[in-house]
Amino acid sequence: MPLLEGIGVTKNFGGLAAVSEVDFKITKGKVVGLIGPNGAGKTTLFNLVSGAIVPKSGTINFKAENITGMQPYRICRKGVARTFQSVKVFGSMPVVENVLLGSIFGAPNGSSMSEAAEEATELCEFVGLSEMRTAPAHSLTLGNKKRLEVARALATKPELLLLDELMAGLNTTELTEAMELVNKIRDRGITIFMIEHVMHAIMSICDRIIVLHHGQKIAEGTPKRIAANKTVIEAYLGE
Amino acid sequence: MLLVYLATLSLYASTYTIILLTSIFMYIILTVSWVIFSGPTGYISFAPAAFFGVGIYTSAVLGTELPLPLVILTGGVISFILALFVGALTLRLKGVYFTMFTLGLVELSKHLLLWYEIKYTGTRGRFVILVDNNTIYYIMLAILVLLLLTSYLIRRSRFGLALRSIGESEEASAHLGVNVNLLKTITFAISAIFMGATGAIMATRWTYVDPYIAFKLHYSFMPVLMSVFGGMGQLYGPVLGAGIFAILEELLITKFPYYYMFTIGLILLIVIVYLPNGLVGLIQKWQRRNPEEQHATP
Repeated sequence: MPLLEGIGVTKNFGGLAAVSEVDFKITKGKVVGLIGPNGAGKTTLFNLVSGAIVPKSGTINFKAENITGMQPYRICRKGVARTFQSVKVFGSMPVVENVLLGSIFGAPNGSSMSEAAEEATELCEFVGLSEMRTAPAHSLTLGNKKRLEVARALATKPELLLLDELMAGLNTTELTEAMELVNKIRDRGITIFMIEHVMHAIMSICDRIIVLHHGQKIAEGTPKRIAANKTVIEAYLGE
Repeated sequence: MLLVYLATLSLYASTYTIILLTSIFMYIILTVSWVIFSGPTGYISFAPAAFFGVGIYTSAVLGTELPLPLVILTGGVISFILALFVGALTLRLKGVYFTMFTLGLVELSKHLLLWYEIKYTGTRGRFVILVDNNTIYYIMLAILVLLLLTSYLIRRSRFGLALRSIGESEEASAHLGVNVNLLKTITFAISAIFMGATGAIMATRWTYVDPYIAFKLHYSFMPVLMSVFGGMGQLYGPVLGAGIFAILEELLITKFPYYYMFTIGLILLIVIVYLPNGLVGLIQKWQRRNPEEQHATP
């Protein structure tokens, strides 16, 4: 049984089919990459899974339960957490409170205040933000804001983590750290579904890759096979 | 200490002081309850006059039927229900659309009531039961204390944290497990309770009310201006803002009636340009500067 499954998922924006009849399966414990040229519908697919928008047709199942069209806060409590492509940290709140919010509201069984505070501190350390725990989130660098988004998402105790371009805009050092972070999250037993443009990162981290183009799934497979896939190369480079 | 003083005030203060303080309390209550919802979430609501007016009319209609405490409670409850209904309908609206709807709500309530009165009762306006000044004062004090307590507890609680996160990014908040629509609606309704209850007791001071008196947009604008003046970051901000503003209003109206609006406008302009965080911001700046100065002098 896959952890996350999409059947014929479709979403239109006006006449544009942003995501069209996409089927996908994410197996527990794996790291799955989602790639495709700009405007392929990757973030839209994430929005459909996390409940930010509702599909026109199709079904999304999480742990064999139909979560299609459920409100984001309920999907979160069921065990799906996400980060955002354009970071959405709570700027005026201290870093640790950003994380605290996830522990208190997002965890499936809820946590008491003191438990949550302990978890939040631990997670700040896990992503490497211990030193700036009390700093307001807006004062962080982009790389650190992205780590904060990860910590905040992990605070909701997810089984599935959706990472939307975690590595975009990072420098080389930050990139290496981000890749380590993804591996550390996988070691915690959390399944990862990630959108990424940094090819060497995605090729080395992912177990499987799904390729979207113009809202349709054009390929799926191991990194090696995707790299050699003719349709994929055409989608990226043109014929 | 202050509370003991305020609680025994009727024993030694003049009637004028009592009446003035009641007016000040009214503005503080409207402002602090406005800040409960709009402060952290950033949803600017012009609905206070609607809830205040509902309270006033509850008092006008039920004043002779029920004992006073029950009338005040009913004013609060009806405002609460109206706010729940309005909130559930409109809090999906963002930014200026929500603001415009709340503005419309005041006008809508006013004209609905006007239409009803003229069509079914044939008269416009009603008389309100008389209550003595000291009783009004003490009820207002009680509402204020209850409100400050509620506001403090919400700020300190997990819900205060969630409300602030909504103000920062509603989408992120929802994706971290916060039921944003429910939380917004309930907080909006809680703030309306206090506005309604205050309307119900204040109505007794005016002996006669009609929809034009009860649903005055003045009571929507003042809380917004007063919280901008005081600053919303701390609980004492809106209290200070409303308090000073109310005293200022009283002084200006009695001493310089022609310059009243001019002066208020000028003060607001200065505050918005130079003190974006209101009086609270100014006080915090002083607090931060002082220790630094001590370091600087050898």
